[in-house]
Amino acid sequence: MKNLLLIAALALSLSACGDRIKPDEGTTVDENVAAESENSASAGGIDGGSGLDGTALEGGKLVSYEKGAINDANNVLFEKIVYFSFDSNKVDDEYLELVKHHGKYLSFNADASVRLEGHADERGTREYNVALAEQRAQAVKQLMLYEGASKDQISVISYGEEKPVAFGHDEESMSLNRRVEIVY
Amino acid sequence: MAQAVLKIDITEGFEGALPIAVIPFQWNGSARVANGDVSAIIVSDLARSGKFSPVAEKDLIARPQKLADVHYKTWRIAGMDHIVIGSVTKQVNGKYQIQFRLIDILKAKQVLGYSFSATDKTLRDVSHQISDYIFTHITGLPGAFSTRIAYVTTKRGKAGIRSRLQVSDTDGYNPQTLLTSDQPIMSPAWSPDGSHLAYVSFESGQAEIFTHDIHTGARKSRSKFPGLNGSPAWSPDGKKLAMTLSKEGNPDVYILTLASNKLQRITDHWSIDTEAVWSIDGKSLIYTSSRSGKPQLYRQKAVAGSKPERLTYEGGYNASASVSADGKSVAYVHGEGNVYRIAVLELATKSSRILTDGPLDESPVYAPNNSMILFASQEKRQAVLAAVSVDGRQKQRLAFSDGEVREPAWAAVRK
Repeated sequence: MKNLLLIAALALSLSACGDRIKPDEGTTVDENVAAESENSASAGGIDGGSGLDGTALEGGKLVSYEKGAINDANNVLFEKIVYFSFDSNKVDDEYLELVKHHGKYLSFNADASVRLEGHADERGTREYNVALAEQRAQAVKQLMLYEGASKDQISVISYGEEKPVAFGHDEESMSLNRRVEIVY
Repeated sequence: MAQAVLKIDITEGFEGALPIAVIPFQWNGSARVANGDVSAIIVSDLARSGKFSPVAEKDLIARPQKLADVHYKTWRIAGMDHIVIGSVTKQVNGKYQIQFRLIDILKAKQVLGYSFSATDKTLRDVSHQISDYIFTHITGLPGAFSTRIAYVTTKRGKAGIRSRLQVSDTDGYNPQTLLTSDQPIMSPAWSPDGSHLAYVSFESGQAEIFTHDIHTGARKSRSKFPGLNGSPAWSPDGKKLAMTLSKEGNPDVYILTLASNKLQRITDHWSIDTEAVWSIDGKSLIYTSSRSGKPQLYRQKAVAGSKPERLTYEGGYNASASVSADGKSVAYVHGEGNVYRIAVLELATKSSRILTDGPLDESPVYAPNNSMILFASQEKRQAVLAAVSVDGRQKQRLAFSDGEVREPAWAAVRK
């Protein structure tokens, strides 16, 4: 078993891309964020399996791809919901890191698997929302695949607007419902 | 009553509706059956159609029971075009004999008269048939009171949201549950002969399209591919289902031939293509596509690779088409800003008009005689059904007493 405890800055990151993300676009390290932390790991460091400093980021959470890290409340991977803008299937910049960390986790833990559950808010038509929410889940899946997860680790289901978590009709409720849940 | 039923209220407008007086039928040999009050059912049907404005019982100026008792001049002065009289007589065999006469006040004569036999169970059915006869005679349109509607109800509980697929008469009575599930049920669609429903159920843990015989309860799984299995729509000949599948990566429209199980892909585009419905000749499909960036309605021949024609241009959200029974117009959801309303597009002129106020109206379906459009709406934070006459003047609400109701489907005929 790979015994990897990888501590990375949130800079382990890919630049924000458009709707359609190609693999070769997804490997740039954001220089601004990287500059803030000397210890931030690059994607290359992980691939090489080189040892990394095991220090927690100041004020931040740990990033570990060790088996079970997804259940550690101090780990970035503890967060498993990606939220979306209205009528959009683009993973917003603020969730790119999270999705990629989960993709990396899958790549380091071949026996782990996820179900990506796509959801939409109540606006618009039901069947269109099922299609939209599936595209959201597919966008998350693509990012995970680029991080080295394999197809057979990821299944996708779309519930559209049929399974809301918030029942109000205000923007706050609706923003909570526009989501992809990463279910291990 | 043990089962929760839809409660229908007419909320707006009588303008332009035809005046008619339905005299309470005389009951012989039996007290009036509460659930089978024939003349009251006729009044309710005619009022719901939006085409008639029946006189309230308390405002009736006379209550003739026989043709000979009708004073034409009095009714003419009262501005009445038609009156309906009739009787219900319990017979020795336990059945009811129901007679009705439609009287044209200007012509000063009976223009329609029928006698029917009914049991306790079929009193309401016969009443709806009488409504159909009256409606058709006066308007020239087929009646739709005897058909059925289907809808999905949901109730939030401790274990999550429980969904039910229900079928009822068009006035909400006789609700019957076809399917109960703790997973979503979506998109009920009637077969053209009114005998089957197609729908999407997530009961197996993924989206799956079923067809369901409403009489025997027998059902068949028709589509369970990885990804989306959605938007089933029967072809006018009942032999095919249009549907949305994403097994090749993106939501596209397919046609499944039911007898052979042959699947044909109709659209092939990286955007969302979904919500296909058939033209009345079965040769084209109208569907929602986001290929322009936002959802809009498109039409194309129901063969692979044919060229789509964009139908809607106004506003950033036009989806979920329903084709009228005469094929001339399309009802759809029109979204602008945060307001989603029901609109109608005339296919010949491409002109459109908005019929409802929103803010969250969806799932429009034409009544089989085109007289009104049934749709799902939000009222006081609750999901209800609503209906609007095609001229937009009359509105009604169909609220469900026990939870929320949505996704109406209206059968073309009763079977």
